[in-house]
Amino acid sequence: MADSPSNPARRRFLTGAATAVGAVGVGFAAVPFLSSFQPSAKAQAAGAPVDVNVGKLAPGQMTTVAWRGKPVYVVHRTERMLETLPEVTDKLRDPDSAVESQQPAFATNLYRAREENQQFLVIVGLCTHLGCAPTYRPEVAPEDLGEDWKGGFFCPCHGSKFDLSGRVYKGVPAPTNLEVPQYTYVSEQVIRVGGTEEEAA
Amino acid sequence: MIKSLGKWVDDRLPVSHFWNAHLAKYYVPHNFNFWYYFGSLLLVVFVLQIVTGIWLTMSYKPSAENAFASVEYIMRDVEWGWLLRYLHSTGASFFFIAVYLHIFRGMMYGSYKKPRELIWIFGVLILLVLMAEAFMGYLLPWGQMSYWGAQVIISLFTSIPVIGPDLAQWIRGDFVVSDATLNRFFALHVIALPLVLLFLIGGHIMALHEVGSNNPDGVDIKEKKDEHGKPVDGIPFHPYYTVKDLFGLGVFMFIFAVVLFYWPDGGGLFLEHPNFTPADPLKTPEHIAPVWYFAPHYAILRAVPDKFLGVVAMTVAILILFVLPWLDRNRTRSIRYRSTAFKVNLFAFAAAFIGLGYLGTQPPTPLGTLSAQLLSAVYFGFFIALFFISRRERTKPVPERLQ
Repeated sequence: MADSPSNPARRRFLTGAATAVGAVGVGFAAVPFLSSFQPSAKAQAAGAPVDVNVGKLAPGQMTTVAWRGKPVYVVHRTERMLETLPEVTDKLRDPDSAVESQQPAFATNLYRAREENQQFLVIVGLCTHLGCAPTYRPEVAPEDLGEDWKGGFFCPCHGSKFDLSGRVYKGVPAPTNLEVPQYTYVSEQVIRVGGTEEEAA
Repeated sequence: MIKSLGKWVDDRLPVSHFWNAHLAKYYVPHNFNFWYYFGSLLLVVFVLQIVTGIWLTMSYKPSAENAFASVEYIMRDVEWGWLLRYLHSTGASFFFIAVYLHIFRGMMYGSYKKPRELIWIFGVLILLVLMAEAFMGYLLPWGQMSYWGAQVIISLFTSIPVIGPDLAQWIRGDFVVSDATLNRFFALHVIALPLVLLFLIGGHIMALHEVGSNNPDGVDIKEKKDEHGKPVDGIPFHPYYTVKDLFGLGVFMFIFAVVLFYWPDGGGLFLEHPNFTPADPLKTPEHIAPVWYFAPHYAILRAVPDKFLGVVAMTVAILILFVLPWLDRNRTRSIRYRSTAFKVNLFAFAAAFIGLGYLGTQPPTPLGTLSAQLLSAVYFGFFIALFFISRRERTKPVPERLQ
């Protein structure tokens, strides 16, 4: 190669063009490597709905099922528990469930549940802060949670608090209410977590 | 015969050139003290982690179903498996002990200052990759702390606006921490990040040998050279410092062995107790705490009562180290010749770091959170104060030669 090309402008243009095309090629080549990090077809298929029989769930009790690998809490709330929900409203960050991503449209109510079965709460048991599983603390005014505690969920990791509808309290690290998954009733006593409206019909 | 073989190789590969350039004729200040052991110790620990790591992969199974059992298998059934595993887990903690002391040395003696800014930047990069390496390694035993620790740390990414949730899912490769996550962390922990570390360590040492070592006096020994062009205050690295470092290594290994054989879980600090229970995706342990070497950063995260800002504070706490060479505007390198204000500032920083480390391992209490907020202020305050202190600092005169 000569030290000084006969046409330096053309040499510079060719070098630049080749570099640009090469860079585009590297960009395309990176796609499969980066995309392979996405959830695989198998992981996506594992999102199949899960059925929960709530017939034997006594009032006040909670059961946990795994759906998409996440814990889903199903709570049979007592009448007394439902009565506490309006009482704590002014201490909550989002009492009216205004953040739409946290529940399906049917659960945008005080009970964050299907109106016809408002006693059953179905929520994803992962704290909206950093994803720990909050503990179910139904007792009223326990020593560690203070006199004002009317029952709800408490996250042991960073101390986030939620009421018995999974609505987040003010002044805790969790930014939003606990997520209500899509669910339907396939019969009087069987809840299908992850099921859509069409499947229930 | 051997001599001619040596020459035959040397004509084809610059072996003796390398030996002279980096050891036998590499001149180093003669006044290195205790704090200068940690660089070479870190190299030894790095090799230890690589070797024990390779041996562990021979018996470990990177799947959600088998990982926990395979670690127990290593501990109970593999010949000397317990030793390999404890060497690796204890080695990880000693890696960080040495790294933090090594960094503190650099801050005391101004080793980050011109012309050593690049060495420092390589060093901070090594710290970052080492943290990722340790975090991914901690998932592999698939115990309760492995699982929920990873869940919390990966969830940190969800706080990034717009792309956060998708990014976290991309990292996990699933909707929750799962087999896919474990398998990819294994690949990254065992091959990808160690390779990156190797290259960064190479860059760190190459940059160091280009400009030469700093020393406790912060005096540039290249300023004064004898008639042969050798620094008058320099001695060849080999044999003087190879022997010194071997002595230091002996002491280090003695302490290492005591912990390894009598205290391998570090009282729950090196290997946390809930991690002896297999991972349960449906139940979080009562109290989640990171391993001790992440505790200071974790305490800063918890001190901020907002999810996104907490993550920002924690990230900045590490990244701010990159700009330290430019925050410190004073040219005097060593703490020996710097002002009282600088000394107070530096030791307050070190104390805050240790205090945050303690708080990060404790359950959150109102008093603990308040203390963590105070100490976080001291941590960040160090950098701000340094910027102003160093502007018109009254330093003592720096001698022309080593004392």
